[in-house]
Amino acid sequence: MSSLDLARWQFGIVTVYHFLFVPLTIGLAPIVAIMQTVWYRTGNPAWLRLTKFFGKLLLINFALGVVTGIVQEFQFGMNWSSYSRFVGDVFGAPLAMEGLAAFFLESTFLGLWVFGWDRLPRRVHLATIWLLALGVNLSAYFILAANSFMQHPVGVRFNPTTGRAELDSITTMLTNITALATFPHVVAGAWLVAGGFVLAVAAWHLARSRDDADTVATFRPAFRLALVAVLVSGAAVVGSGHWQGQIMVDQQPMKMAAAEALCHTEKGAGLSLFAVGSIDASCDEVKQVTIPGLLSFMSENNTGATVRGVNDVQAAMEKRYGAGDYIPSLPITYWSFRLMIGLGLVTILLALAGLWGTRRGRPVQRWFARAATLVVVAPFFANSFGWIFTEMGRQPWVVVPNPTGPDTVRMLTADGVSPSVGSATVWTSLITFTLLYAALAVIELRLMLRYVKAGPQPEPVTSTDDVEGAPPLAFAY
Amino acid sequence: MQLTASRFATIAGLWIGYFFLEGFDFGVGVLLPVLGRTESDRRVMINTIGPVWDGNEVWVLVAGGATFAAFPEWYATLFSGFYLALLVILVALIVRGVAFEYRGKVNSDRWRANWDRAIFWGSALPALLWGVAFANIVAGVPIDKHHEYTGSLLTLLNPYGLLGGLLTLGAFTLHGAYYLALKTDGSVRTAANALARRLAPVVVLVAATFLLWGQFRDGRPLSWALTLLAAGTLVGAVGASWKGREGWAFALTGTTLALTVASLFATLYPNVMPSSTDAAYSLTVDNASSTDYTLKVMTVVALAITPVVLGYQAWTYWVFRKRISNHHIPAAQSLVPAARSSAEPSGTTAS
Repeated sequence: MSSLDLARWQFGIVTVYHFLFVPLTIGLAPIVAIMQTVWYRTGNPAWLRLTKFFGKLLLINFALGVVTGIVQEFQFGMNWSSYSRFVGDVFGAPLAMEGLAAFFLESTFLGLWVFGWDRLPRRVHLATIWLLALGVNLSAYFILAANSFMQHPVGVRFNPTTGRAELDSITTMLTNITALATFPHVVAGAWLVAGGFVLAVAAWHLARSRDDADTVATFRPAFRLALVAVLVSGAAVVGSGHWQGQIMVDQQPMKMAAAEALCHTEKGAGLSLFAVGSIDASCDEVKQVTIPGLLSFMSENNTGATVRGVNDVQAAMEKRYGAGDYIPSLPITYWSFRLMIGLGLVTILLALAGLWGTRRGRPVQRWFARAATLVVVAPFFANSFGWIFTEMGRQPWVVVPNPTGPDTVRMLTADGVSPSVGSATVWTSLITFTLLYAALAVIELRLMLRYVKAGPQPEPVTSTDDVEGAPPLAFAY
Repeated sequence: MQLTASRFATIAGLWIGYFFLEGFDFGVGVLLPVLGRTESDRRVMINTIGPVWDGNEVWVLVAGGATFAAFPEWYATLFSGFYLALLVILVALIVRGVAFEYRGKVNSDRWRANWDRAIFWGSALPALLWGVAFANIVAGVPIDKHHEYTGSLLTLLNPYGLLGGLLTLGAFTLHGAYYLALKTDGSVRTAANALARRLAPVVVLVAATFLLWGQFRDGRPLSWALTLLAAGTLVGAVGASWKGREGWAFALTGTTLALTVASLFATLYPNVMPSSTDAAYSLTVDNASSTDYTLKVMTVVALAITPVVLGYQAWTYWVFRKRISNHHIPAAQSLVPAARSSAEPSGTTAS
C-alpha cells in the first residue's frame, strides 16, 4: 500500500475509534449533570446514587476519549503536512480555539468534579459538572466548524502568490451553514448514544431485580429519563439530518448521489431502501427497492424535484477541474448511509417499545432488557457510519470545492499527505495505534461491564477513629 | 512583524505553561517506583496530581493547536519531521492517561503494578523526548527547500539532543520531587526531600553543560541573560530545598523551567526551525506564519480566554491546596467482584 492509503487507513481507524467514546461523553455528561441537579433540588438519595454510578461510567469512558483526542490534534501535522500547510491559516484557528475554550474547561472541571465532592460547596460542585458538559459541547462545535470547512469552505480565499488558503472572515467560517446543521445532528446523535446507554443499563438492572425496592427506586427514574432522552434526541437527529440532506444536495451533490447510488439525474427520484448486487457507477447490475419520490423530498422538500446523478456530477466536475475520478466509493457511501439511518431508527424503536412496555407503572420485562442490551451498540455504530459516510462521501477531495461560491479553495486528499513520511513509517504507527487501541478497547469494555453489573456501590462509611480534622478524601485514585 | 513576534512569544508561553505544570506531574510519574515503596505511598503520590494532571496536559494540546493556527509551516514541518518521536510521545501519553483513571478501578495487585509501570514509562519517555525535540529544534535539523525534514529518528538522537532530553527528564523529576515535598506529609515527603538533595547536583551539572553548550554556539544577549537567570533560580531552588523551604524550591524549579524555555525560544528567534542543510531553507517567524488577519483573530481570542483559564486553573490548585498523607487515603474504592452481594442494601448513605 502507498503511504497515502496507509495514512488514510490510519486516519480512519484512529478517528472512528476516538468517536466511539466522544458521543457517549457528549451525551452522558449533561445527563449526569441533570441527575445531580435533581438530587440537589430534591435531596432524593436515589438521584445521588445515579449521579455517582453513571458518573463513574462516564469517567471510564471519558479517559479514552481524552487520550485518543491527543492523536487527533497531532496527526494533521504528522500525516497530512501538505494539507496543514495549505489550510493552516484557516483550519488551525478553530483547533486552537477548541483547545483554549473547551479542552481547558472540560479537563479542569472534570478534576474539580471528581475530586471535589467533599471540598466544594454543593452548589459549586454542581456547577462543575455543568461546566464539564458545556466544555464537551463547545469542543464539538469548534471541531465541527473545522470539519465543515473541509466539506464546504466559506469565509476563505485563495492566495495565488503563496498557493495557500487564507482566512477571510472568522465569523463567516464559524457560522458556516454546514456547521450549524451538523452540530445539532452530532449532538443529538450523541444523546441517542448516551440515552440508549442509560436505558440499557437501567433496563438490565430493573429486569434483573424486579422485586428489589431499592433497585426499582434507583433505576426506574433513570429509565424514564433515558426514554425521554432517546425520543427527543431521536426526533432531533431525524430533523437535523433532513436539514443536512437539503444542504448537502447544494453543497456536495456528488455525496448525495453516491449515498443513493443514483447514476443518472432523475426527476421525482425515489429513496433506495436497499440494493441487491454490486453497486458501481455503471448502474447495470443494481436492483434497488425504492420508495418513489422520497429522495426528491429529502433533497428539496418536493417529491417531484430533480436530483442529480453520479455520472452527471462527474461530467460537470471533469469539465471544471480537469480529467479525474471524482466519484467516491459507491458501495461504502451507499451502505454506510443506510446503516447510519437504520441503526439510528432501531434505537428510536427500542425507546418506543420501552415507553409502551412500561406504561402506567408496568415493570420492565426481561425481553426488553435483553433487546436493550443488544441494541445499546446500535447508536454507537450509527455515529461511526455517519462519519464514514460523510468523510468517504467527500472523496477524492479533502477540501471539497464550494459550488455555491468561489471554488478556488480546494484540495484533493492525495495532495494533502506528508511527502516526507514514508510508508514504512506509517506502517509503524498504523500497527502501533491499531494494537494499542484494540488492547485498550478490551480493557475498557471489561471494566465498563464490570461496573455496570455491580450497580451503585454503597457510600464508604466514614469511621470515627480518623485522625482529628483529617478525614479520608471522598474520592481518591 | 510585531504580530508574528508576539505570536511567537505566545507559543513560548504555552510551552512554559506546559513544562511548568506537566513537568511536575511527569516528575511524580517518574518517581512513582522510586519513592512509592508501599501501595499507600503510591496512592498518596498519584493523588497529589489526580485532580490536575489532565488540565496540565491540555497545555501541550493548545501549544500544538496554536502553532497550527499561527505558524502552519512550522506545525507541518515539525510534526511530520519528528514523526516517530511524536508517535512514542503519543503512545506514552495515551497509556499514562488511561493508567491514572483505571489503576484504582480493580482491586488487584497485578492490575495496579501494570498500571504503575505504564505511569512510569508514560511519564519518563515524554519527559526525555520533549527535551530531545527542543534541543534539536534550536540546534537545527536537516530541512530542504520545500520545508520538508530530510533526517530520520536517529538524526535527533545526537549528543546535544540527548543531553537536552536528560535535562528535561532530570529537571522534571527534580521539579516533581519538590512538588511532592510540598504537597504531601509523612513518608513520601521525607523520601522526596532526601531524593531531591541527591538528584539536585546531577541536574545542575546537566543543565549547566546543556545551556552553556547552546549559548556558546548560538547565544545572544537576551538568551544569555535568560540562561543565567535560569541557572540562578536553579541554584536558588537547591538552596531553598536544603533550608527546608519546600514552596520556594518548587516555585524556583518551575521558574528555572520557564526561563529555560524562554532562553531556548530567544535563541531561536527569528527562526522557528533553523535548517542545518542551508540557512536559506530555515523556517522563520515570517515565512512560517499565518496571515496578519488570522494572527489578529488568534490574539484577540487568546487575550479574551487565557486570563479566565489561568483563573480557574489557579483556583483548582487553591481548592486542592492541602497536603495529602497516608491517612487521607481511603480504602480501595474499586470493585471486589466477589464481595458484591445483592442482598446488601445500597441505602446506607443515610449514616
